[in-house]
Amino acid sequence: MPDGLVAVVKRDCPTCSLVEPVLQQLAGAGALTVVSQDDPSFPAGLPVTDDRELEVSWRLGIETVPTLLRMADGAETGRIEGWLRGQWESFTGVTGLGEGLPEHRPGCGSRSVEWGVEEELARRYGGRVLRARRVELADLEDDVEAVYDRGWSDGLPCVPPTEERVLRMLAGTRRAPDEVVAVVPPDLVECTVEKVAVNAVLAGCLPEHLPVVLAAVEAACRDEFALHGVLATTWSAGPVLVVDGPVTARLRMNSGVNALGQGNRANATIGRALQLVVRNVGGGRPGEVDRATLGNPGKLGWCFAEADDDLRPFPPLAESRGVPGSALTVFAGAGLTPFLDQASRTPESLARTLALVLRTVGHPKAALGMDALVVLGPEHGRVFREAGWDRERLLAELDPLLELQPDEFRRGALGIAEGMPDALADRPLPKFRPGGLLFAYAGGPAGMFSAVIGGWVSGPAGSVPVTVPIEEA
Amino acid sequence: MARVLLDPTSERRPAERALTARPASLAGLTVGLLDISKNRGDVVVAELEALLAADGVRTLRYRKPTFARPAPVDLRHEIATRCEVVIEALAD
Repeated sequence: MPDGLVAVVKRDCPTCSLVEPVLQQLAGAGALTVVSQDDPSFPAGLPVTDDRELEVSWRLGIETVPTLLRMADGAETGRIEGWLRGQWESFTGVTGLGEGLPEHRPGCGSRSVEWGVEEELARRYGGRVLRARRVELADLEDDVEAVYDRGWSDGLPCVPPTEERVLRMLAGTRRAPDEVVAVVPPDLVECTVEKVAVNAVLAGCLPEHLPVVLAAVEAACRDEFALHGVLATTWSAGPVLVVDGPVTARLRMNSGVNALGQGNRANATIGRALQLVVRNVGGGRPGEVDRATLGNPGKLGWCFAEADDDLRPFPPLAESRGVPGSALTVFAGAGLTPFLDQASRTPESLARTLALVLRTVGHPKAALGMDALVVLGPEHGRVFREAGWDRERLLAELDPLLELQPDEFRRGALGIAEGMPDALADRPLPKFRPGGLLFAYAGGPAGMFSAVIGGWVSGPAGSVPVTVPIEEA
Repeated sequence: MARVLLDPTSERRPAERALTARPASLAGLTVGLLDISKNRGDVVVAELEALLAADGVRTLRYRKPTFARPAPVDLRHEIATRCEVVIEALAD
């Protein structure tokens, strides 16, 4: 653009039409270039740069019309948007602009930022931002079937990852597309923000979901989570994501009725995106490295938010693990065991029910083998809250209830061959390792129910839950 | 214009390595016996060790710290440098 003033307008905008005489005034007062987005004959009587292709608007980053910019030595030194007489006068140094016009009118949206257009312009004029291999489809290929045919799907239909969709997805984060997020097992591939974005598109995510998916990939690929083992195991485990903090309300995640079930886009697609990254980037596929005997439905994707109502019995899970605010915890969970207790009105009684259920994780005679994540429903949470039991108190009260005696766990005891090795059968054993019992709080308001999500091999020899912060919008 | 999708994969074919040719005989070779720390893997390895010893074959025993993770790189290196043949007891 030449030095001087530059006005970007479109005829379709009433404010642009309103300021047409103002532009005539400015053209008479000094150097003015008018860029028209939709009609090169507008404004009448002025030389106009035809920008129906929108390249100039895209390069100038125009979001509103009219926009008035000042260029000096080829660089922009300032801009104003919409029509505000005083602002235009001080910006241009020309007084008496637009006599008889209203003092103020907001502008309209620039054609260059219309839905779908911005991404197309970025693709056309932005150079090659994206590095992923471009896969051309044959004329007769159905794009959804093409995703199946190439082995990119988890079994459900995917959103075809076009360049426009991936560019739009990348707008959900401030991180650079080529930044490496994690090294993904089992193939130990460096995974960039762009590759996560491609898989987030496949999964059906919105751009604002991307920061949560990025956090999930980062957390699940930490060495202590042992994702290779979680994937390869014959056990049913897969990553379970618990999301906390302001991000959950912003994304309208479900932490209430049917929190662990279907029906919420963020819950459903964020967990799915992580599993698609494992499949497509890491190369972890069922029947190959994934050797699960049974698996569990949550391996399609398992993500939920903790309820952040005023009735919660304890602080959020992530906060209890040292990460306040928007954060995510990944747990190697093997499936859901809901349980009822509709009669307990004291925390002592309810804790005993909980302990009985927790004892069944893995096997009722197994000690120290697996972690567990308890999802307390609101009506059970109420019992602990009203009694003043915090997380630490509940854990302390559960300790003796979760101590297994040799006569309970010895091999052959109870007429069951399975059991703990004889070398360990000379002392009581705790069901869980220290730190191996996690509590989250979610669910609908009615029902004295909660659920236990049993884990996988726990601790340093297996998987340790990981909590990471989520990039704020 | 052709419709284009972006590849969601790692864009690399899995490394395909040819298996080393099977030796015609174990005479003069060292056989590594790897227990991955799964239940009763040690039993399988002990049986094999006895059978191979009876045939006069030299064996070395190894154990992964946990079946839940890939073998540590040092362990893999040691097996690769000291053995010509490896038998792994998966146990499942």
